[in-house]
Amino acid sequence: MHSSLLLFSFHSKYKSQKSKMRDKIFKILLLLCSLIVLLICGGMVYSLVSGAVPAFSHFGIIDFITTSEWNPRPDHEEYGALSFIAGTVMTSFLALLFCIPFSLPVALFTGEYFRGTRVAMVISSVIELLAGIPSIVYGLWGFYTLRPIMVDLHLSAQGFGVLTASMVLAIMIIPYASSLSSEFISMVPRDLKEGAYSLGATRMEVIRYVIFPVSGSGVFASYVLALGRALGETMAVTMLIGNTNNIPNSLTATGNTMASVIANQFGEAEDLKLSSLIAIGLLLFLITAVINLIGKMIMTKFSKA
Amino acid sequence: MKKFLLFGLIVTLAACGGKKTGDSSSISLAGAGATFPQPYYDVAFKSYQDSTNTVVTYGGVGSGGGIRSLKDKIVDFGASDAFLSDKEIEKMPAQVVHVPTCMGAVVMAYNLPEVKDLKLTGEIVADIYLGKITKWNDARIAAINPGTSLPASVINPVYRSDGSGTTFVFSDYLSKVSPEFSEKVGTDKALKWPVGIAGKGNPGVAGTISQTAGAIGYIGSEYSFAQKLPVAQLKNQAGNFITPSTESISAAAAGELPADTRTMITNSSDPNAYPIACFTWIVLYKEQKYDDRTLQQAEATVKLLNWMTDAYAQGLTTRVHYSPLPESAVKNAKEILKSVTYNGQPILK
Repeated sequence: MHSSLLLFSFHSKYKSQKSKMRDKIFKILLLLCSLIVLLICGGMVYSLVSGAVPAFSHFGIIDFITTSEWNPRPDHEEYGALSFIAGTVMTSFLALLFCIPFSLPVALFTGEYFRGTRVAMVISSVIELLAGIPSIVYGLWGFYTLRPIMVDLHLSAQGFGVLTASMVLAIMIIPYASSLSSEFISMVPRDLKEGAYSLGATRMEVIRYVIFPVSGSGVFASYVLALGRALGETMAVTMLIGNTNNIPNSLTATGNTMASVIANQFGEAEDLKLSSLIAIGLLLFLITAVINLIGKMIMTKFSKA
Repeated sequence: MKKFLLFGLIVTLAACGGKKTGDSSSISLAGAGATFPQPYYDVAFKSYQDSTNTVVTYGGVGSGGGIRSLKDKIVDFGASDAFLSDKEIEKMPAQVVHVPTCMGAVVMAYNLPEVKDLKLTGEIVADIYLGKITKWNDARIAAINPGTSLPASVINPVYRSDGSGTTFVFSDYLSKVSPEFSEKVGTDKALKWPVGIAGKGNPGVAGTISQTAGAIGYIGSEYSFAQKLPVAQLKNQAGNFITPSTESISAAAAGELPADTRTMITNSSDPNAYPIACFTWIVLYKEQKYDDRTLQQAEATVKLLNWMTDAYAQGLTTRVHYSPLPESAVKNAKEILKSVTYNGQPILK
């Protein structure tokens, strides 16, 4: 009896040592994997910066950002990012604006009104399906379906432009905005809502005075993240914006975006032009990183509160 | 049972071994560059592989990328729609030669459902792209299209949003016929266009044209022939209106060519020539012994290119909507290939 107990304790001690060892190895493995991700990201930033240096030193960082001239002609070479920054910012914010009236009701529907019901599940999975459609398909749909409609409505002569691109972009970011904000809306504590109901508040009033104030920053953060997604979208925008290198002077005017000009011109670019495209890539990287950071910060603040 | 398994194992091993020796006797070549001739290269390399056991892979990364890859010596040959300028040749680590492989053209596709035949001149096209001619019923267009009722609609010029050899050839032609275009826009793979909208690649431009009433755009002939798009006749230097076709494109290179074939054949003086025709080239190092390159590899590269200029491979061009090289160009190409050496010795005998 005594000896068997001893054996058992020895066995469990041995076993725990072995599992500790395994734990350690696993930890090291995880650390290595995370380090690789960091290294890759660092390497990307390094190659972007080193590639962008010739353009920045030739034109000057401020001048490069504030010039809208894009002239690849030899001896007259001049590159500036302003028209692409303008195109990117215009399409993305417009897309965000267009997506709110669709994604917010969907989020309320699935996160509050019909939370947990089968209808809500079907709707949210259909919305998430939108996120799985390749952007080239959105681009083709915009090109062959939406664009002729824009022409028929006499909104623009050829149907290309900021407006068409933003509309397609809006549909593309709806799933990102709505699924996250639905999550935040459904996280609003039940006690608060029930308290409001017991005071005689209507559903509208509960939404207005309880749900939005509580989940507001989370919902806002999900829109910021959706905006980050819109900034980097390339293919669908390229097909619809018209690809003219100028600052769009109206909603229906054609323009170009940062991601789109890189995708279009990288293949045949050399020297200063190549460097300028990389510089645009770096700027896009920074803009998206800052926007994502803001979104994350708001979100952590919200989850702490 | 055990014996049977063992037997099976031996057979498998033998089969693997056999395959391995087969692989080592086959040579693989790699090329990269222009997307314009890629359909032709794909067909030709496949056909060559079937008959010679030489595997050729080709990456359509664009002319610029192809030359960069050759510079970095990571491919056996690069391919380009625009020949390297003297300055670019100087930047290469060693002497290079250009071998023309086939011909193509840039055609003017348009979207005017009611106009079956459209005639244009280079000057008119240049002025359309400069924004000086804005209506289809402009007096200058009407003057060369008697009997055709042209609509009063706006002309929507379409150009390439991506850098492209097609843009280079097109702008080279317009710069030759219009001093104003040469001064204001110039010749390059990507340009600053005063008017118009842009589409990505031939499909993007063609799609934009077919979807936009009153549009006109320039497209690679191989794409427009395959898609059977309506294209305009262009007036050549001799004053004839020429429909782009395999024959009229080949005719553009029928005259005297420089020995190294580095020339633009736009605005040809041949009376039957279509005016916006072009060569496409494969570029390789003249001295093939570099890095740890074997004679076998060098021989395979030159033999492949020699085969490409032979009648059989040239016959394949029209199947994929390109034009074969005229005799004079084939002669030059063969001379160029004879000048390629390995350790100072010519490879082709």
